[in-house]
Amino acid sequence: MAEQRLIVVGGGLAGLMATIKIAEAGVGVDLFSVVPVKRSHSVCAQGGINAAVNLKGEGDSPAIHFDDTVYGGDFLANQTPVRSMCDKAPEIIYLLDRMGVPFSRTPEGNLDFRRFGGTKHHRTAFAGATTGQQLLYALDEQVRRYEAEGLVRKFENWEFLSAVVNEAGTCTGITALDLLSMQIEVFEAPSVLLATGGPGIVYGRSTNSMVNTGTAAAAAYQQGATYANGEFIQVHPTAIPGQDKLRLISESVRGEGGRLWTMRDGKPWYFLEEWYPAYGNLVPRDIASRAIHKVVFEHGIKIDDQNCVYLDVTHLDPDMLTRKLGGVLEIYEKFMGVDPRFTPMKVFPAVHYSMGGLWVDAEQKTDIPGLFAAGECEYQYHGANRLGANSLLSCIYGGMIVGPNMLARSAETAGEGGSAAADEKARMENRFAGLRSMDGTENAYALWNELGDWMTRNVTVERHNDRLKETDDKLQELMERWQNIGMNDHGQRANQELSFTNQLWNMLELARVITLGALARDESRGAHFKPDFPERDDENFLKTTKATWAADGPQLDYEDVDTEHIVPRARVYNVDIR
Amino acid sequence: MADEQNHEQNKAEPKNIEIRVRRQDGPGSEASWEEFSLPWKAQHNVISLLMAIQAAPVNAAGQPTRPVVWDCNCLEEVCGACTMIVNGRVRQACTALADELEQPIQLEPMSKFPVLRDLSVDRSRMFEKLKEVHAWVQLDGSHDLGPGPRQSAANQEQTYAFSRCMTCGCCLEACPQYNDDSDFMGASALGQVFLFNLNPIGAVQSEERLETIMGLGGLSDCGNAQNCVAACPKDIPLTKAIASLGRDVTVKSLRDLLGR
Ligand SMILES: Cc1cc2nc3c(=O)[nH]c(=O)nc-3n(C[C@H](O)[C@H](O)[C@H](O)COP(=O)(O)OP(=O)(O)OC[C@H]3O[C@@H](n4cnc5c(N)ncnc54)[C@H](O)[C@@H]3O)c2cc1C
Repeated sequence: MAEQRLIVVGGGLAGLMATIKIAEAGVGVDLFSVVPVKRSHSVCAQGGINAAVNLKGEGDSPAIHFDDTVYGGDFLANQTPVRSMCDKAPEIIYLLDRMGVPFSRTPEGNLDFRRFGGTKHHRTAFAGATTGQQLLYALDEQVRRYEAEGLVRKFENWEFLSAVVNEAGTCTGITALDLLSMQIEVFEAPSVLLATGGPGIVYGRSTNSMVNTGTAAAAAYQQGATYANGEFIQVHPTAIPGQDKLRLISESVRGEGGRLWTMRDGKPWYFLEEWYPAYGNLVPRDIASRAIHKVVFEHGIKIDDQNCVYLDVTHLDPDMLTRKLGGVLEIYEKFMGVDPRFTPMKVFPAVHYSMGGLWVDAEQKTDIPGLFAAGECEYQYHGANRLGANSLLSCIYGGMIVGPNMLARSAETAGEGGSAAADEKARMENRFAGLRSMDGTENAYALWNELGDWMTRNVTVERHNDRLKETDDKLQELMERWQNIGMNDHGQRANQELSFTNQLWNMLELARVITLGALARDESRGAHFKPDFPERDDENFLKTTKATWAADGPQLDYEDVDTEHIVPRARVYNVDIR
Repeated sequence: MADEQNHEQNKAEPKNIEIRVRRQDGPGSEASWEEFSLPWKAQHNVISLLMAIQAAPVNAAGQPTRPVVWDCNCLEEVCGACTMIVNGRVRQACTALADELEQPIQLEPMSKFPVLRDLSVDRSRMFEKLKEVHAWVQLDGSHDLGPGPRQSAANQEQTYAFSRCMTCGCCLEACPQYNDDSDFMGASALGQVFLFNLNPIGAVQSEERLETIMGLGGLSDCGNAQNCVAACPKDIPLTKAIASLGRDVTVKSLRDLLGR
C-alpha cells in the first residue's frame, strides 16, 4: 500500500493541532499555508484562552463555562459540541503548559487566570499579552519536530484554490497555487481539512491579519459546501484606527480593571458601568460595541471631534500593567505615540471575528464527504456572539477532535479520484489563465477598498433592511466590475496581484452570504442587531442559517438548534439573573 | 468619518510622502530604484503606503507600474513577516510610521536572504535552523497527562522574553558573522536553545541541544558584535543567552573530555 498522507490546509492553531494529532498516530500530513505557519493570524490573539480550571477558589466549573458560552452566544450554538469543548478545556490548558507555553504564573507557581467579558470568573489563562503567539509557537514547535522526523511535509507559500470533488460528490484532494512559481498543482488524499481562519478582510480594514480573506472557505462554498450563520460578525468594542489595519486593544485590558468612559457635561461618564451594573466593563462584545455606538452617534459625544471613547488604565499600577498587559499597551504606544499607562487610550469598535463559517457536524465534517473544517473558518461553537478567549479554545479543541476523525475516515473506503483531480486542475488553470489576461480598467485593490467600506458601513453593528438590500446591489455591481479588472502585474513569479484578484472574487461571494443572511434574519440576536426588530425571536429564528451556492446568489435555508441541555432564556447583563 | 477627518487635515497640510523602493523581478535579475509620491494622510505606515500604491500603481514620474511585492500579515509586529530595510535600518514595516521617517522613505529587501521579488525574501533557512537545534519540548504525547510542573513567575518571565522571537530575521541582517560565506546559525536560533534549555521539561534534552550548537556554524562563530540585541524589535536579551550558552558549552566540553 502506498504511504498514506492526509491534507491539512492552514497552519493556525486549528490546523497545527490537527496535524499533531494525525502525525502522532504515525500518519503523514501535507500541511499547506499561505504564510509560513509560524506567521499565521493566531499570533494576533493577545488576551488569553478560557478553561474552567478553577484555580482561584471561585467554584468555577466546565458546566458554568458551558452556560456562559451558550448564553453569551444568545443560544444560537448547538449545545452538545459546546459542552464537550468546555469539558475538555482544562486538559487543553495542561497540554499547552507541558508543551512549554510560558503561561503567566501566580506567586505559588500555579497558572494565573484573568477575567474576560461575559463571565464572573477568572477563567482566562494567558501568556503575557501575546497568548495567541505563544500558543501558536508551542504547536508550531511540536509540528516542526514531526517535520524533522519526515512525517509532516510543509507547503508554505502555497494557496489552496479548490477541493477536488469526484463524481460521487466526495472530496479526494485539493488544488493549490505555488505563490512563488504561480504554478497550480493537485494533491490527493482521503481526507482534507480546511483550517483557514476567518474572513475579516472582507471588511477591508479590521483587526484581522491580511491573510484572513476567507478565500478557502468561500471556494469550498462555491463547490457545494454549506456556509452557516454568515451574518454573525463580531465587532470588537476597542480598536485603534489605522490606514492599514484597525488594531485591537484586547478585552484583557478591561479584564485587568480598565474602564470605558467618555466626557459628558464636563464629567467622565462610565456608561457601561451605569447601564450594566452587574457586568460593568465586562459585558460581552456585542453589547459593548452597541453601547459605544449609542454614546457616539445617538448621544453625539465625540472626543476631539473623533468617533471614539476612552479606554482607561491610568488608575492601575504601572508595574502590573507592564507585566500583564505589556504587549497590548506596547501596540498602542508604538502606533499612537502615547503611553497608555499615563494617558487614556482612544478606541472605537472594529470588525474582529466571524462566528459564522463552513457548516460542520459534531465531528467537524462539512457536507462534502472527505472535507473537514476546524477553527475560525467553521461556525460551530460561538452561536450569535463569541465570548472573549473562547476562540483559541475552540480552534485547538476543533483541531484535536478533527485529527482522529480524519484518520477514522481514511481507514474507511475513501473516495475514488477518477479523472476528478485532472479535471479540477484544468479548471483552475483555465481560471488563472483568464485572470492573467484581464485587461480592463478596474483595479482589484481599489474594488476591495469599496467592498470594505460598504460592508463596514452597513453590515456591522446596526443593520437596516433597506441598507442591506442596497449593499447586496452594490456587491453585485462590484462582481460585474470585477470582470473588468486590468492586471498591472504581468510577472510570472510571486505575482500577488494575480492571487489577490482570485481571492477578491471569493470575498465578494462571501460578502453576499453575510449580507443576505443578515437581510433575511428579522430579529436581533447577539452580534446581529436590527433596530427595526430589536427583540430576539426564538419562534422564527432560533435556527442556524445555512447558505448554499447558486448561480443567482446564495440560497438560504434554516436548521433547528440543539438546545438539549440549557433552556433558552432572555439574555441580560444589567442585573444578575442566575 | 475617519476619512473626512483625514481630508480636513489634508487641506491644512497639503504635502506628499516621497518613497523610493528597490525593485527586483527575481533572484537573478537586476535591481533598480523606483520613486513614488503619495498624498499625506494621518497614520500612514510603510504598509499602508505600499497598499496605496497597489490600489493606484503609478510612480512619481506618472508612469503606470506594477504593484510592489512584499510580505506582511499581522500588521502589529507579532508575526515577523514584514521585515525590510527602511531608511537603511532593518525593522518591521508595520511599525515604521510615515510621520516619523525621513523622506524619501527608502525601502529595500533584507540583504542576507535571497530576494524572491522586490521586498520579499526567502527566510526558510531560519526555520531550518530551528529544526537543527531541536527547538521544541519533547512530549510523550498529546494525551492527557495532567498539569505541567509548577514554575516561578521569574522563570516564566525569563522564558517569555525569548519565546517572543518571531523569526523575523532582524538579528541576522544586523550580524556581521551571518552571511553567504558562513554557516553561522545566528542569534535567533541560539536564543531558542537557551529558551528550551530553561524550560523545566525542555531541560531534559538540554545536552542534546547543546551538542547542536557546538559544531561548525554554532556558538563559537559568534563574533560578539552585539548588533543582534540592538536590532531585535522585541528587545530579546540575545547576548545574555549567548553568554550563558557559552558557559554551558564549556562545562559540557570539560565533562565530555573527562568522560563525565
Ligand atoms: C487581534 C486579535 C486578537 C484576538 N485575541 C483573541 C484572544 O485573546 N483569545 C481568543 O480566544 N481569540 C482571540 N482572537 C481570535 C483568534 O485569534 C482567532 O479566531 C484564531 O486564532 C483563528 O485560528 P485558526 O486556527 O482558525 O486560523 P488562523 O490562525 O487564522 O490561521 C489560518 C491559516 O490558514 C492559512 N490559510 C488561509 N487561507 C489559505 C489558503 N487559501 N490556502 C492555504 N492556507 C490558507 C493561513 O496561512 C494560516 O496558516 C483574536 C483575534 C484577533 C484578530
